[in-house]
Amino acid sequence: MKMERMSVAEANGAIDRTRLDTIRADFPILKLQVSGKPLVYLDNAASSQMPQQVIDRIVRYQTAEHSNIHRAVHYLSELATKEYEEARVKVQHFLNAKESREVIFTRGTTEAINLVMHGYGRAFIGKGDEIILSGLEHHANIVPWQMLAEEKGAVIRVIPMNDHGELLIDEFEALFNAKTKFLALTHVSNALGTVNPVKEMVAFAHKHGVPVLLDGAQAAPHHAIDVQDLDCDFYAFSGHKMCGPTGIGALYGKAHLLEKMQPYQGGGDMILSVTFEKTVYNVIPAKFEAGTPPIMAAIVLGAAIDYLNGIGLGNIEAYEHELLEYATHSVSAIPGVRIIGTAAKKAAVLSFEIEGVHPHDVGTILNADGIAIRTGHHCAQPVMDRFHVPATARASFAFYNTKEEIDKLVAGIRKVQEMFT
Amino acid sequence: MSDMKQLYQEVILDHNRKPRNWGAIADANRHADGHNPLCGDHIKLSMNVQGDKIESIAFEGHGCAICKASSSMMTSTVKGKTVQEAEMMVEEFRGMTTGTLDPENQPNHLGKLKVFAGVRDLPSRVKCAILPWHTLHAALHSEESASTEGRNDPVPDSGMVA
Repeated sequence: MKMERMSVAEANGAIDRTRLDTIRADFPILKLQVSGKPLVYLDNAASSQMPQQVIDRIVRYQTAEHSNIHRAVHYLSELATKEYEEARVKVQHFLNAKESREVIFTRGTTEAINLVMHGYGRAFIGKGDEIILSGLEHHANIVPWQMLAEEKGAVIRVIPMNDHGELLIDEFEALFNAKTKFLALTHVSNALGTVNPVKEMVAFAHKHGVPVLLDGAQAAPHHAIDVQDLDCDFYAFSGHKMCGPTGIGALYGKAHLLEKMQPYQGGGDMILSVTFEKTVYNVIPAKFEAGTPPIMAAIVLGAAIDYLNGIGLGNIEAYEHELLEYATHSVSAIPGVRIIGTAAKKAAVLSFEIEGVHPHDVGTILNADGIAIRTGHHCAQPVMDRFHVPATARASFAFYNTKEEIDKLVAGIRKVQEMFT
Repeated sequence: MSDMKQLYQEVILDHNRKPRNWGAIADANRHADGHNPLCGDHIKLSMNVQGDKIESIAFEGHGCAICKASSSMMTSTVKGKTVQEAEMMVEEFRGMTTGTLDPENQPNHLGKLKVFAGVRDLPSRVKCAILPWHTLHAALHSEESASTEGRNDPVPDSGMVA
């Protein structure tokens, strides 16, 4: 399946000027005017935009396919069930998981992590046990583990980072001991863009018999993921950061772990039989999908995966890297601007601060020129504390952005500086 | 609002650069902390109130230009005023920035503070301007801290996303 995806990518070729115009034409929102200026959307790490092909899938489903799934014998229910399960197979191939039953649909990355905390953490982590997190984590991969630690009397240990925003691997390895029971780690930092050496870190954790959850929210949209190659035990991602809708994401888990985990929520669909005396839980993945799931959103996520595969994850990664290099070069050339997060290996995220100007003022002034960036702590307050800033301005790029848009960002930054001198 | 010069007027930029009443009051008998979790704006307000008069007031902390300038101008405005006058201004300022008071056509005592009227059009920035006034209200009532997330929330919290 991995091979198939690569061949599609190669068939379509790299993202050059001509291809970029075709891609941009797929995204109706990119034609929007904001404050009377063409929208420059550089907030893709928060949420990406949706191409017409994916929007059309919503309309087709709601127009001609909608029903509840896994229940009735009528035409629509069978059709919706088939499409929903096919979407699961698309996610399986997207992640290169061994089996589709290792894919659980969730509301997003946050719910996927909470599912693992409840289903695995509450069953297998106890008093005095240690959970390792990294200093780069998003709050979604900190708070659930803190809640568990508080409930069970477990201990959180944190992998520190250097001034570039790279995790210190020696210190990471030194954290392991007989009490270490879990490693929850981000694949790519949302605040700084750092790509962590997760494959090596997973291998090290496994040497100590420690299972690993990877937060793939920022990684999945930007390069090919192969959970078998990474050998991670859990992988979580969100649909809306990869051209899909909000309210849908997925958790990959190794089958043998999912099978021994306790259910996350109780309800319909997750049971085999119910009496007031005893309930028998369904097999995976149904065991973790209580109630009517977001059927439309899951099917549309499948369409988003088709769209990304059509462009080719390899092409996306290469082009976004080109954008990052261009932006890093242009922005760092402006006196009085500091880039925060200078790891050797980065995804297309550029966090920066302008000397003497608060990021929120930067965001407001750029917005007046139609430029959308994120300002704030990016739900990663420990990262902000590490770099002694309350917040940063963050531009994050997708494969539909252009170098001209980066030029507009640079002009916007200069305008902010002029206003504040 | 597309013309940023309407919001970032010279008076605001000047108060941001050189905030007045910066620091802490040594013999303060009223304190409050103001915090805006969305932006990370954080101010510490201290005052000395004698009878019903604000004798001295100062602030420190960190925040965006709107928050800093608003804090600076708030302290300059209420220094020497009575508690009742200050409370009335809290209400008027809140009214102006949330759009329930039109400072040009309705009676008010806002004066120079009208430069903040522009934040009305920027819901995500209303909190920055209003924070010092919420903190003043909290300090006058000896509440320990003020937040832009709460009862007086001018706009629904837009939440925090990655």
